[in-house]
Amino acid sequence: MTREIAVVAFAQTDHRRTSEELSEVEMLMPVLHDVLDQTGLKTADIGFTCSGSSDYLAGRAFSFTLALDGVGAWPPISESHVEMDGAWALYEAWTKLLTGDADTALVYSYGKSSPGSVRDVLTRQLDPYYVAPLWPDSIALAALQAQALIDEGATDEPALAAVATRNRAAAATNSHAQLRGSVPQGEYAVRPLRIGDCPPVGDGAAAVILAAGERARELCARPAWIRGIDHRIEAHGLGVRDLTDSPSARLAAEKAGAFDRPVDTAELHAPFTPQEVVLRRALRLDDSVRVNPSGGALAANPMMAAGLIRIGEAAAGIHRSESDRALAHATSGPCLQQNLIAVLEGDPR
Amino acid sequence: MPEVLKAPLVVEFPFTRSVGPVQSAFLTGLRERVVLGVRTRDGRTLVPPVEYDPVTAEEIRDLVEVAPTGAVTTWAWNHEPRRGQPLDTPFAWVLVRLDGADTALLHALDAPGPDAVRTGMRVRVRWAGERHGSITDIACFEPYDDAADHTAVDEPTAHDGQFENTIDGIVAPARLDYTYSPGRAQTAYIEALSERRTVGERCPSCRKVYVPPRGACPTCGVATYEQVEVGPRGTVTTYCIVNIKAKNLDIEVPYVYAHIALDGADLALHGRIAGIPYDQVRMGLRVEPVWTKGARHPDHYRPTGEPDAEYDTYKELL
Repeated sequence: MTREIAVVAFAQTDHRRTSEELSEVEMLMPVLHDVLDQTGLKTADIGFTCSGSSDYLAGRAFSFTLALDGVGAWPPISESHVEMDGAWALYEAWTKLLTGDADTALVYSYGKSSPGSVRDVLTRQLDPYYVAPLWPDSIALAALQAQALIDEGATDEPALAAVATRNRAAAATNSHAQLRGSVPQGEYAVRPLRIGDCPPVGDGAAAVILAAGERARELCARPAWIRGIDHRIEAHGLGVRDLTDSPSARLAAEKAGAFDRPVDTAELHAPFTPQEVVLRRALRLDDSVRVNPSGGALAANPMMAAGLIRIGEAAAGIHRSESDRALAHATSGPCLQQNLIAVLEGDPR
Repeated sequence: MPEVLKAPLVVEFPFTRSVGPVQSAFLTGLRERVVLGVRTRDGRTLVPPVEYDPVTAEEIRDLVEVAPTGAVTTWAWNHEPRRGQPLDTPFAWVLVRLDGADTALLHALDAPGPDAVRTGMRVRVRWAGERHGSITDIACFEPYDDAADHTAVDEPTAHDGQFENTIDGIVAPARLDYTYSPGRAQTAYIEALSERRTVGERCPSCRKVYVPPRGACPTCGVATYEQVEVGPRGTVTTYCIVNIKAKNLDIEVPYVYAHIALDGADLALHGRIAGIPYDQVRMGLRVEPVWTKGARHPDHYRPTGEPDAEYDTYKELL
């Protein structure tokens, strides 16, 4: 790597079941202003802007172009968009900074799940020939993964409930989270998963500023340096995969250097409890690692933003000197199909 | 703040998709009650079959027929079926490895309850009554007692993939239902329109007035809150002559569609111009809105009879 690149600012909305009184740009704008204010930067100072969102969530065509109004994109700025979680927008921005074309980047993402039914919307990302015509919803697919883990002896329903409880207890100190503290496991959603094993459905947005080298040190007292970042994908056929493992997450972690030295903190994007079980094994996270001090995606899961938030939370822990080396993970697709791993470090204290 | 406006929004369209040779053989086979898989070079049989090896990316074309029976590799009990799913009564989602296959197929299992389902249980295909060459030609799977049936074929047998009238594509209907709400700025705009007023919003930084407002100034990237009533009169800044009749639109062609800068606005909006022959509409023409009874927005704009606006007054609003 020729250039050092760091996360220098992070902001997120309070994530809520609905934000119907706000358009997407109205929901997004406060977090854009927040990260700019943290660094003292103005839109004109930003070298590259990249966003992540999906028009399917709210059923609004080209919503990402309207969201650009909140950036101040006129006269035209250097800008890009991914129809993915903002963690992948951050990956694109990181590569842009690596090329030396820009020294700073604004990365943001947002999702409004409240206007539609996200369980059904997500069926539209599946194999259109063999799978999508059956409309298997996101909870059903996560439940198939859960049962595979239970059959293997890797977990059971009480252990899954404990994952949910621990994440939401951690979220008690996260004012942005949607589900905080004690939340009942409730009835089966799709057995063996109960309501409590599933993420809350809600609306939210997040933003991050990246900066390279000395620029990062000027903008942030303790930048969260991205030591490595990589993303990998598995075969799209669910029945081709071993659902109890995540070779793509493990490979991405290896390529990002996660196994070179232990991390003290991990922010995992595991919207469903069994996914945390899979990821802890694949990423070799033992009890010495603080997993999801933010409460993770079980406490707030704004679609397209929850992965970027994992990187933001891991970075913010380094900014606050609560962490020195952290792993951040983002996922996309059913049953952890695609995984991104970033390793962040602070300068020695 | 006025009450949040909401309206149902249905996004629905059929996706017409072409299929590759392996997918075509598999889907046509389902229509003929034959389940085909594809062989990889290392001897695995993939069901459902794909065009390329998921490990090596090699093109694979060697088709084999597998049994319509198999074993559940994982399952999940769905007590509340949703629209579009294979069964409308409670069922189990299952991944099934058919006899002779090395990978599993996702589908539904019709079973009386979760206690009747377990990993490893034997199941068989229940064919749909009408089949068209689609994954839904398998209606679902059903529990199957091996002991009562000795005709099952375990080893996959080579198949040439040839059928009469092979399908070359699928049409996959998709429908998603939303409740649309326009947000703060556009709600205020729509509310004002219901009183036949046009209200934009002024940017606190550059002072431009946006109509219709979207809640943010795209130049400054800041929220716009100050409401400014504009119009009702305005100036045609540019226009076009429409010569093709739009479907379901009861307007005679040719007609004029124009950019109209309402007085006090810094952004032109669109509207139809009438009350003047189409070939006499011009840049700078002064117009006013015409409302019809019960309408939520002006039906069209017509000339006011004022002298034309000077070009310099609207040249920034083209």
